[in-house]
Amino acid sequence: METPSPLLRVRNLTQAFGPLLACADISFELHSGEVLGVVGESGSGKTTLLNCLSARLTPTNGIVEYDLRGRGLTDIYALSEPERRLLLRTDWGVVMQNPRDGLRMNVSAGGNVGERLMAVGARHYGAIRREAEDWLAKVELDLGRMDDKPKHFSGGMQQRLQIARNLVTKPRLVFMDEPTGGLDVSVQARLLDLLRGLVRELRLSAIIVTHDLAVARLLADRLMVMKDGKVVETGLTDQVLDDPHHPYTQLLVSSVLQV
Amino acid sequence: MTRAAPQSESVVEAGYNFAYLDEQTKRMIRRCILKAVAVPGYQVPFGGREMPLPYGWGTGGMQVTASIIGRADTLKVIDQGADDTTNAVNIRRFFARTAEVPTTEATAEASIVQTRHRVPEDPLAEGQIIVYQVPQPEPLRALEPREVECRKMHAYKEYGLMQVSLYEDIARFGEIATSYSYPVMVNDRYLMSPTPIPKFDNPKMDDCPALQLFGAGREKRIYAVPPYTRVKSLDFDDHPFAIQQWEEDCALCGAEETFLDEVILDDKGGKMYVCSDSHFCERRRAEGHRGRLSEGAAKAYAAAVGADVEEA
Amino acid sequence: MTQEDNESAAAIRVENLTKTFVLHVQGGARLPVFADLSLEVAAGECVALYGPSGSGKSTLLRSLYANYKPGRGHVWVRHAGDSGGGWIDMAGAPPHRVLEVRRRTVGYVSQFLRVIPRVPARDIVAEPLHALGVPLADARARAEALLGRLNIPAAMWDLAPATFSGGEQQRVNIARGFAVDYPVLLLDEPTASLDAGNRAVVVDLIHEAKARGAAVVGIFHDDEVREAVAERVFDLSKERGAA
Ligand SMILES: Nc1ncnc2c1ncn2[C@@H]1O[C@H](COP(=O)(O)OP(=O)(O)OP(=O)(O)O)[C@@H](O)[C@H]1O
Ligand SMILES: Nc1ncnc2c1ncn2[C@@H]1O[C@H](COP(=O)(O)OP(=O)(O)OP(=O)(O)O)[C@@H](O)[C@H]1O
Ligand SMILES: [Mg+2]
Ligand SMILES: [Mg+2]
Ligand SMILES: [Zn+2]
Repeated sequence: METPSPLLRVRNLTQAFGPLLACADISFELHSGEVLGVVGESGSGKTTLLNCLSARLTPTNGIVEYDLRGRGLTDIYALSEPERRLLLRTDWGVVMQNPRDGLRMNVSAGGNVGERLMAVGARHYGAIRREAEDWLAKVELDLGRMDDKPKHFSGGMQQRLQIARNLVTKPRLVFMDEPTGGLDVSVQARLLDLLRGLVRELRLSAIIVTHDLAVARLLADRLMVMKDGKVVETGLTDQVLDDPHHPYTQLLVSSVLQV
Repeated sequence: MTRAAPQSESVVEAGYNFAYLDEQTKRMIRRCILKAVAVPGYQVPFGGREMPLPYGWGTGGMQVTASIIGRADTLKVIDQGADDTTNAVNIRRFFARTAEVPTTEATAEASIVQTRHRVPEDPLAEGQIIVYQVPQPEPLRALEPREVECRKMHAYKEYGLMQVSLYEDIARFGEIATSYSYPVMVNDRYLMSPTPIPKFDNPKMDDCPALQLFGAGREKRIYAVPPYTRVKSLDFDDHPFAIQQWEEDCALCGAEETFLDEVILDDKGGKMYVCSDSHFCERRRAEGHRGRLSEGAAKAYAAAVGADVEEA
Repeated sequence: MTQEDNESAAAIRVENLTKTFVLHVQGGARLPVFADLSLEVAAGECVALYGPSGSGKSTLLRSLYANYKPGRGHVWVRHAGDSGGGWIDMAGAPPHRVLEVRRRTVGYVSQFLRVIPRVPARDIVAEPLHALGVPLADARARAEALLGRLNIPAAMWDLAPATFSGGEQQRVNIARGFAVDYPVLLLDEPTASLDAGNRAVVVDLIHEAKARGAAVVGIFHDDEVREAVAERVFDLSKERGAA
């Protein structure tokens, strides 16, 4: 049975920092509408992998191809830098673990969301504002805070603002590094619920780095387990969590209560 | 106007080359100017020499002027529109001594106008050069502190962020409140800071017959707008660019369409508005135009302004 | 029904399935569950998995759903999908194909509901239907009908089931499993924590599913329920091979 071509194809990706292999020979495909979770212990190379995939860190070796609109699978590191930057602000989104890295703290919440629209040429203030309002409502941010700077927002609000800021250009692929990290449990639950809804509603594809297996269970269709820069196991999320094969995955799963 | 060749035999004051700068430095700056003219709005870095003035006094503009000025030139220097403030007087005196060029207050008579924070009201003509003193050449600096990132944004024409700052204005004040250093696009390619001129002057930059040069001393950048180049002030479709407007006319000369300075007359809240371009105002009065202020008050005002100059 | 009819109407065909757990955290202990297991289930038929506790009933059911990865063998499922119909091997298909089969063809009612934070009961039930493109309002109407039949009071439909009792959660779970008319239904002790009245509703639901042509594989501890719904019993205690 013929399989549609993937949205993202990664072949033999390696990232070395001196003698350290942060990512070692990683290959996989991501299909449209799929959510891939990347789990593994601290230092296993998850963030490095995400940076390489999202055109922000040129890998030492290997190829990352993305299905560019109208061009098909294209090596992203063969693109010019402006093309890559354009991709990052239009067809892709990046939600950073630390909102400080993903938001403009001195720009109002509305301006943070509107920036990507203005970056692609929107020049009607009223329309930009309406769209920003729309997205703030979608991520359940109080519209009364629209003109406030995110500096004084809570961690959960900042994370939701980051999501709105990224989704406003209707990206097809979103990269998230520990989107619920540093949030308390009830705030996490709300954010997860929001993400789950958006991913489904918008048919988003996403790669989500997390060390929280419960988050992975809730959001990811598929999991990739990393250890020491290598992918030691991959599969459907429930397969990997319920019937782990690799010793490291078994250890990982058995060391948390119930996921 | 002629661009005279270096005249090293005519060192005016002992120890100084013509127009103070050595010829090698001038050549280097002229090369930067040529590059700046070739790429309108693009900030060309240059290896600036120290000038006998602290930064903030227009050293960037002075280096540009020193590099282009020749014996046949006539120089006008203004500061905030006025020919007679300390800063303007000092710079004018400096070139009068080091280059022995005639100076003028009449815009039309000048071949080079060096300015801080204004464009003269009299329209500039072909053949003239206006040299702006630039405190901060990078319009993106306040929004993006990383220099490398700013350069990339220029290189790739990624100017959404500048628009964000105007958005913030409207969100906060209901309108674009930025009234100085109002950002412009040059030749539909480079985002440029017009220096802290009032946005009132922005339209004068557009399609201007004169050559416009910009020198930033501290940041060591030169940029340019060649004659007849499109200079567009950023805005939104539903919040179009608009210049400042006053209910009043100039109290001294009655001009209706000039940039006005507010002058406080007494401690009871009395105030009046007068042309910021002092020469323009004087000329109109000489031509017989009158504002609603009496001759006596005008004299008192002139005296007060004169006193200011002495204090500064 | 003739033998031939039966064969042509097969919905799921298990071939030589072998499952052994290797427990690395316990010194690499090997735990053979079944070996070379084969089983075929026809459309409209219900097969009950049978055997003592630990004999591998749930393991087989989960393997049919590709929740467990068998070591050898095939789990063929007749799938009418987006990209044409045909037999798909759940034990070997790439992940996105498995997900597609799960969306359209194979439904699974686990023993316990996996609660999703903040999602109300109605939407938990409607979700699989909505995911197939059914408008949300229609999916919700169907969800309400099922929740009603399973005696979940309307007042609870808007609540997230985290605080529901075990039996209430299980009924939400069953409603979710029956929301889509899957051609194949896998049921792991769906009636375990239900009272007689609700057991009868589940039995009715299974009959209706069979009547529309669903192949059902289930684990039923309750003899009465098993006898009421199953045509056949498949005894796991006979399947433990030298895996
Ligand atoms: N720029 C760098 N230079 C040198 N070493 C680096 C660099 N970035 C990451 N590393 C190293 O690469 C390894 C992988 O780091 P990475 O940040 O990808 O881990 P991670 O899986 O995201 O961990 P965590 O869960 O703690 O965020 C680590 O040993 C880290 O110290
Ligand atoms: N994920 C797993 N990892 C390791 N071993 C497992 C796993 N799942 C099941 N087993 C083991 O496989 C064997 C079969 O278990 P299974 O749950 O299939 O039994 P069952 O027949 O469903 O029993 P019960 O009637 O008690 O539900 C048991 O020994 C069990 O411990
Ligand atoms: Mg990390
Ligand atoms: Mg069981
Ligand atoms: Zn006047």
